[in-house]
Amino acid sequence: MATRKTAAKSNVSAEELLGFYRDMLLIRRFEEKAGQLYGMGLIGGFCHLYIGQEAVVVGLEAAAKEGDKRITSYRDHGHMLACGMDPKGVMAELTGREGGYSRGKGGSMHMFSKEKHFYGGHGIVGAQVPLGAGLAFSDRYKGNDNVTFTYFGDGAANQGQVYETYNMAMLWDLPVIFVIENNKYAMGTSVQRATKSPSLWERGAAYGIKGEEVDGMDVLAVKAAGEKAVAHCRAGKGPYILEVMTYRYRGHSMSDPAKYRTRDEVQKIREERDAIEHVRELLLQGKHASEDDLKAIDKDIKSVVNDAAEFAKESPEPALEELWTDIYASEVPQTA
Amino acid sequence: MATEILMPALSPTMEEGTLAKWLVKEGDTVSAGDILAEIETDKATMEFEAVDEGIVGKILIDAGTEGVKVNTPIAVLLEEGESADDIATSAPATEAAPAAEAADKAAPAGGSAKAAAPAAPAPDTSPDWPEGTQMKTQTVREALRDAMAEEMRNHDEVFVMGEEVAEYQGAYKITQGLLDEFGARRVIDTPITEHGFAGIGVGAAFGGLRPIVEFMTFNFAMQAIDHILNSAAKTLYMSGGQMGCPIVFRGPNGAAARVGAQHSQCYAAWYAQIPGLKVVMPYSAADAKGLLKQAIRDPNPVVFLENEILYGRSFEVPVLDDFTIPFGKAKIWREGTDVTIVSFGIGMTYALDAAERLAEDGISAEVIDLRTIRPMDTDAILASVMKTNRLITVEEGYPQGSVGNYITSVVMERAFDYLDAPVINLAGKDVPMPYAANLEKLALVTTDEVVEAARKVTYR
Repeated sequence: MATRKTAAKSNVSAEELLGFYRDMLLIRRFEEKAGQLYGMGLIGGFCHLYIGQEAVVVGLEAAAKEGDKRITSYRDHGHMLACGMDPKGVMAELTGREGGYSRGKGGSMHMFSKEKHFYGGHGIVGAQVPLGAGLAFSDRYKGNDNVTFTYFGDGAANQGQVYETYNMAMLWDLPVIFVIENNKYAMGTSVQRATKSPSLWERGAAYGIKGEEVDGMDVLAVKAAGEKAVAHCRAGKGPYILEVMTYRYRGHSMSDPAKYRTRDEVQKIREERDAIEHVRELLLQGKHASEDDLKAIDKDIKSVVNDAAEFAKESPEPALEELWTDIYASEVPQTA
Repeated sequence: MATEILMPALSPTMEEGTLAKWLVKEGDTVSAGDILAEIETDKATMEFEAVDEGIVGKILIDAGTEGVKVNTPIAVLLEEGESADDIATSAPATEAAPAAEAADKAAPAGGSAKAAAPAAPAPDTSPDWPEGTQMKTQTVREALRDAMAEEMRNHDEVFVMGEEVAEYQGAYKITQGLLDEFGARRVIDTPITEHGFAGIGVGAAFGGLRPIVEFMTFNFAMQAIDHILNSAAKTLYMSGGQMGCPIVFRGPNGAAARVGAQHSQCYAAWYAQIPGLKVVMPYSAADAKGLLKQAIRDPNPVVFLENEILYGRSFEVPVLDDFTIPFGKAKIWREGTDVTIVSFGIGMTYALDAAERLAEDGISAEVIDLRTIRPMDTDAILASVMKTNRLITVEEGYPQGSVGNYITSVVMERAFDYLDAPVINLAGKDVPMPYAANLEKLALVTTDEVVEAARKVTYR
């Protein structure tokens, strides 16, 4: 396995490593199950899986505190699980059932949790970027020290509204962390075919925004970078950009034959750079856990995911009256 | 336990496909993520991965088989210790997609809840403020400013942002004095970046604030319309009621004078189409004030369409500590018996002038100001049409897909038998706004046209 920069110097505890392992494995197994349910026709429409990118959200959530907000695009299942949303509610939304986070009315791309400060789940590429800055604006306006993690992909990084947002976020010192999840492909277009910029995070320099590139297959590196970014934002120094280099193993959505890259390319990264394997090795090599310990975790995760799938199948479809509800609010919603 | 591997659906519309190639054979051990087979659909060839680990016990569908229906068992996966002989007894797939079935069931009931017998119209005709209330003369401009200032005094979470709203005191001076009173924290100049600041405004509303986003004109809001529709209007629904968006998008809309095609367009019909939005278009100063205060208090996104020409007009405004005008309540400006003229915003100028001229010729016109386009007080229109039996609508927007077109369809459905003449929809001409003074005049709806239409429908 390729050497990772931070792994050696990090003083991570066994408990924390085990937590990372567990959280990343939950996302992977959940997504595999979602893929399976999609194949069975239980999930419809678009379904964008997060497999391969797990270390990004798990590492960054480790740098967050209660009150911090997060918002992302339509590839959102991993973000929801990482911030503690219930796998049952997420899976039942995927199947379009009453027990889903949006009572079946949002689907894979549109879920929210006020309780966990998860603000979606947005289907228009790049639109979540100013929205995330707006969430950060609300915290700055109220005078607290919360930060907002605003996730977007390398594809969204070419949308104009991202740069409109950079400009205002820096102008107004907004406590927003722009997380560019660079998984190398915007649907079927590789980064190299979409831009001549050598790096995406450096574009922030035009607005005076600091940032850095992060190894997104190394959860410890992601956490360390996240902590640095969070400290910057909480200190009132304005936004920060993290370009997290990651990789998605599956297609852009379920209906993507992925002919724009070779099977070897995917296989090589799975074998050499997999974020979950990395933590697994750290655990075993550091004698923090035995094979049996990890097997027990695998088993446990499998049962959590199976329960979620079971719930998502059993939960009834929304009542037909639901078609006509939630179009207008009757009173001002209590937002955190 | 042996598990069946089913033919997967690999796209939202796939019903069957070709099992092009098996990449495993019976007896192979597979783990999650291993590619089992290649499946061909009408669009592409896709790889199909194992979800569970196990041993490929039996391949049920041979490579090369075409037309394999989704959910057909294609192979059986065994756990350690099981043999292929156990397979015959395993239950057939019973979990065929319930989604399609249920959708069929939903269809008949979901359709048209409105198709039931139309209810008799019962418009709210109560006065907007108590009789005898002291009045003062005020311009629409001042009324709008006062509305914002009053709401900002009472609620810290209300703030205003937009281009030139603070130090410049507003491109059209609507925010005059607000910076002095409320400071730069709450009266915020933005760069020229509509798409971006509309999105930031919506995000701030998600975060618990109540933004007033001023567009220098609604023509520029075209750059931000994705956030108005997709981010603001739809989120409550998409979140199953969890996440609302209390925000006001306001600014001048429609033609001003001699500013050409890109600065002269009415967006009332555009925004009126969108469930989740409320759309307001006031005519008088009192309505501008009462409706803007209501808009700021409303928990939903409100598109508040003002008019540059009306900003300087003066009207009587009630002197009250606090008053609001409810949404969905039209105002009858003039009662009449021969013809109903429905309008809103600056269209009211032509409607009222026409009614005056028609009265001189003995034609009694009832003039209704919708005030809010969505929700729309259709009951007020219907009650009036049932009295006058004739209807004209007046607006400045383009004719195709206009607000008047919608009103006509409502009247057709609910009051067809009351009509004594075809409804006439007066609108702006079906052309981009010209610059030349004479052509611009021709492109806009005029009082003469309203008078002529009234004569036509009253056959006089």
